[in-house]
Parts: sequence; structure tokens; C-alpha cells
Amino acid sequence: MALPVHIEALDKAFSGIGVDEKSLISILTNSNEEHKRSLRKGSSKLFIEDENGFERWDQSSIKILKHQFNRFRDAVVLSLLHPWERDARLIEKAIRKGPKHYNVIVEVACTRSSDQLLGARKAYHSLFHHSIEEHLTHIKGRERKLLVALVSAYRYEGTGVNEDVAKSEAQILYEAINNGDKNKLLDHEDAIMILATRSKQHLQALYRHYSQSYGKTLAQDLEGEGILKDTVECLCTPQTYFTRVLEAAVKEDADEESKRALTRVIVTQKEQLVQEGFVPNKIQDILLGLYKDFLLASIASGDIK
Amino acid sequence: MATLIAPEHTSAVEDAEKLQKACKGWGTDEKAIISVLGHRNAVQRKQIRLAYEDLYQEDLIKRLESELSGDFEKAVYRWILDPADRDAVLANVAIKKLSPDHHVIVEISCTRSPEELLAVRRAYQARYKHSLEEDVAAHTKGDTRKLLVSLVSAFRYDGEEINTRVANSEAKILHEAVKDKEFNHEEIIRILSTRSKMQLMATFNRYRDDHGTTITKNLEGDSGDEFLKTLRATIRCLNDPKKYFEKVLRNSIRRVGTDEDALTRVIVTRAEKDLKDIKELYYKRNSVSLDQAVAKDTSGDYKALLLTLLGKED
Repeated sequence: MALPVHIEALDKAFSGIGVDEKSLISILTNSNEEHKRSLRKGSSKLFIEDENGFERWDQSSIKILKHQFNRFRDAVVLSLLHPWERDARLIEKAIRKGPKHYNVIVEVACTRSSDQLLGARKAYHSLFHHSIEEHLTHIKGRERKLLVALVSAYRYEGTGVNEDVAKSEAQILYEAINNGDKNKLLDHEDAIMILATRSKQHLQALYRHYSQSYGKTLAQDLEGEGILKDTVECLCTPQTYFTRVLEAAVKEDADEESKRALTRVIVTQKEQLVQEGFVPNKIQDILLGLYKDFLLASIASGDIK
Repeated sequence: MATLIAPEHTSAVEDAEKLQKACKGWGTDEKAIISVLGHRNAVQRKQIRLAYEDLYQEDLIKRLESELSGDFEKAVYRWILDPADRDAVLANVAIKKLSPDHHVIVEISCTRSPEELLAVRRAYQARYKHSLEEDVAAHTKGDTRKLLVSLVSAFRYDGEEINTRVANSEAKILHEAVKDKEFNHEEIIRILSTRSKMQLMATFNRYRDDHGTTITKNLEGDSGDEFLKTLRATIRCLNDPKKYFEKVLRNSIRRVGTDEDALTRVIVTRAEKDLKDIKELYYKRNSVSLDQAVAKDTSGDYKALLLTLLGKED
């Protein structure tokens, strides 16, 4: 008979993000058929009673397990890829998977340096025999224009901002959001031009002017506006964006896509993670196994140059 | 084919010394300047500038700027720059005009290779502390702005693959747009600024096969609308750049008072590329050689430099 503590341990091994491989080895290799039968009977989450009298593995659990076991693999692959190939593949996958994933496109386009983004565009040519812009034009939704503009940017990265222009462009955005039709924001040519062509320093100055002039942040005013808010955050306050994404990943009811962001953000942002400290504490408890070891070690080594 | 005649082996130090001698003292020996610089390719010119800086602790370009004047000075300045830097300067000049020269932006973004355009964008940032696209966006408006920003931001796939289905459907879209003049500007801009050049050629060919006439012929006629003008230039540059350049040259010379800016720009930017082919087109079209037309319409050192770049043997 399997002890309740073993049943609990089995459940626990699969109940975080990642898989507790050590625990599984110790439970399963020490279990004879009797034990395993009671493990199965005791694990109502993983097994169901089949009409033919045996404990059958629940289909949806297998799917979840597949994701869980793949996390370490995905972290390894993502970590080893050349950043250009990595970002090109992230973008391509996001385009294919649809609107819920477009934030990844925004993330890559807006948080990489200008030369890194260019590199991703070149890698995209090699890998997919099309430009990113071409593939993006198959998106029928209204996000297309913004996304094409963001991936095409080669932003100036020097200092020196014209504060007057930043202030007047803050006003343009304010009017677009508050006086215009909020639904039409994605079609607002001036807003898109500002967000897609100005340097990050300029946009950060604009962000400051916006708060000073209007008593709320640009991100607050874009609450609920999906990728527009993501765009502004990634360009002006990336730590806010990444913190939000990481916290969503470790939430109680986080879905698979949110969890996948953990791998992506930690692997791609590890240098910044150490400095900015926006990794939620919860991560220590909720990660499991080799996946946990890999991610925590990534964060710890983040400032190795 | 290029028209520039440049010897294979040159000495940057000797060249720098010749140039310094030409600028020394009272007056300038323009002929010497032309005989050196007019026969050096981009790599050689760069080496000369480095050698000059090394020998005389002075920027050759600044020196020449102070010694020379007028159209000749402008031409030498443009000629001596690195191609990417030159394009950045040309773009900035075009943008900053009171009435921006949209066709120059089109020219640069559509006739250079994807990698060359990237180099232009880098050079532009280095020079002007702004991105090319933000300056274009700040100085243009409406659909013209959308088109131009998309064109300068494009990083087209450089491969040979063609999708005939896409060529077919996009030829249709372009035809609808051209015919009805109810332009779905978004779709046109999308097609022209994202497709690879090979794909666009296939689309333009398909257009011609389906409608018995080239798309550029169908766009002829009405002037006025700035977007239309820019659109025409875009399609011409993408469809047949040499023919486009021939036309620019023809117009620049034909005008009462030559358009030296355009003349200089085309000769300087194409001398190391395909000016020979453009000359052949020019002769076919005008029954007079480009050399003759330039000789007739320009004078002095400016003329001498242009003719040298056109391949005149010394």
C-alpha cells in the first residue's frame, strides 16, 4: 500500500511549474505494482476510473505533463540559441499562434536594442525566407499596422531629447486617447508614428511629461488597451512589463501561455533581472526540479558578462 | 555596369599628397582634384581620406569644402563620401527642404539593396542623431508619410523565391487601385513596402501579362496629388530602376536651367553601379549621348567632374 505521503508527493511533483524529477525517481523506482495501483487510485487528479475496471490516465493531465516535462528542454534550447535566431523564432511562433500572443512580438520589438532587432530581422530572412513584415501582413486584425511599424524600427539610441517635442507629442497621445475614439487608437496615424519611430529616451521623456501634465501615467490611460499598453510599457518602463508578466506566470490559475513566459523572460532578460530585481519571490516555491535549478541559476549568474 | 574608371592599384598616400598640393597656397588646382578623386572608387576614396588625416591632421572633406564652391563643391562633397553616408546626406537634404523631395527618399529606399538601406539608416543616425524614419515621419504627412516611412523602414527579404499565387492576387489588387483611383492606400503600401524585389517583379510582370500594359503606363497622366506622384516614383524605382534614373536625368537636363542637384545625385550615386546601362537607355531615348547632353548643359569644373565620372578618358 502506498502511504498517503507518497500519494501527496506524487501530486506535488507535478503541481508546480516544472517537474520534481528527484521525487519521482524515488517514489516510482521504489514502488512495486501494489504501490503503483494505490498511487493511481489515490491520485484523483491524474487518474480516472475506467469502465473496464482499471485506473486510466486522465487525458488532460497527460497534456499538462507534456508541457511540464518540456519546460527544461525549452529553457535549454532558448538559452543556447543565438539571440537573433531566438527572437526570430519567438516572433514567428507568435504570429502563427494569433492575437493572444502578439504581446511577444511587441516584447521583442521594443525591449531589444536596435541592432539586436535588426539581427532578428536578418535571422528571420534566413529561417523563414520572408521578412517579418511580410508575414505580419497576413494578420487581418487592427494590430497589424502597429506591429509592422514596431518591428521595422531602427531607433536612435543616443541621448539628447528635444523636451518641447516630447511634451507636444505627449499631448498628441493624450488627445488621441481621451478625446478621440479609444477604439480607433490602433488606427491613429500620429500615435503610431510617435511610438514606432521615436527613440526610447524620447519616449521616456514623453512618458514623464504625460504624468506631469495629466496627473496619470500613459500606461494607466491605456489600461485595457492590450498591445498598446504593452508597447508603451516595453518602451518606457520595461521593468513594469516584465514584472507583470512574471507575476501572471506564477499566479494560482495561470494558464499554459502565461507560464511559458517564465522561460522566455528569465532566459532573455537575465542580466536585467539581477539588476532590477523584479523576479517575484513566489518563484522559489512554485518552480520544480531541473527547470527550477536552471532558471534560478540563470538569474543568479545573470551578471556574468 | 559602372562608368567609373579607377586603376586597380593606387597609393592613398600619394593621392593625399597630390590633393594637399592642389589645395595649398592661393587658388585651387581643381583639375588635379578631379584627376585624382574622379578616378577612385569608394574604398580608395576612404583610404585617401584616412591617409590625408594621418599626414596633415586635417579632414580632407572639410578642406575641400572650404576650397571649392558652387555645384562643383556640392558634387565633390557627395562623391567623396562613403555611399551609405552620402545617401544619408541626400536623404536629410531632401527631408529638410521646405517642400520635401519625396522622390529622393523613394529613390534611396527602393533602389538600394536591403543591406545598403540598413547601412544608410545607421549612417543617418550617426550623422543626425535621429533615426531616418523619425525625421521622415516628422516632415511629411498623410498617406505620403505612411508610404515613405514604410519604405525607409523596410528590410526586404533578398531571396529569389516567388509565389505565383501571391503575384496573381497582388497584381489584381494593384490593378483595382490603379484603375479606380479609389486607392486602398493601405494595401498598396503594404505590398510595395514589404514584398521582396523579386516578388514585386513577378507581380508587375503578372500585371503586364493580365492587362497588356505596364503598371507604370497605367499610372501616367495625372499629376497634382502628392501621394500619387510618390506612388508612381515608388513603382518605377522598384519596377525598373535604370529606366527611372534615365528619366530623372532626362528631366534634369531638359529643364530650363539644369537641375544640378538631380544631375549630380544620379551621376554620383550610379557611377560605380549601373551608369553605363543608364547611358545606353539615355541614348536610345534621346538620340544623343548623355555625355554630350551634360557637356552642353554644364560648364567649368563641375562639367569636368561629371564627364570624368561618366567615363571620359583623360
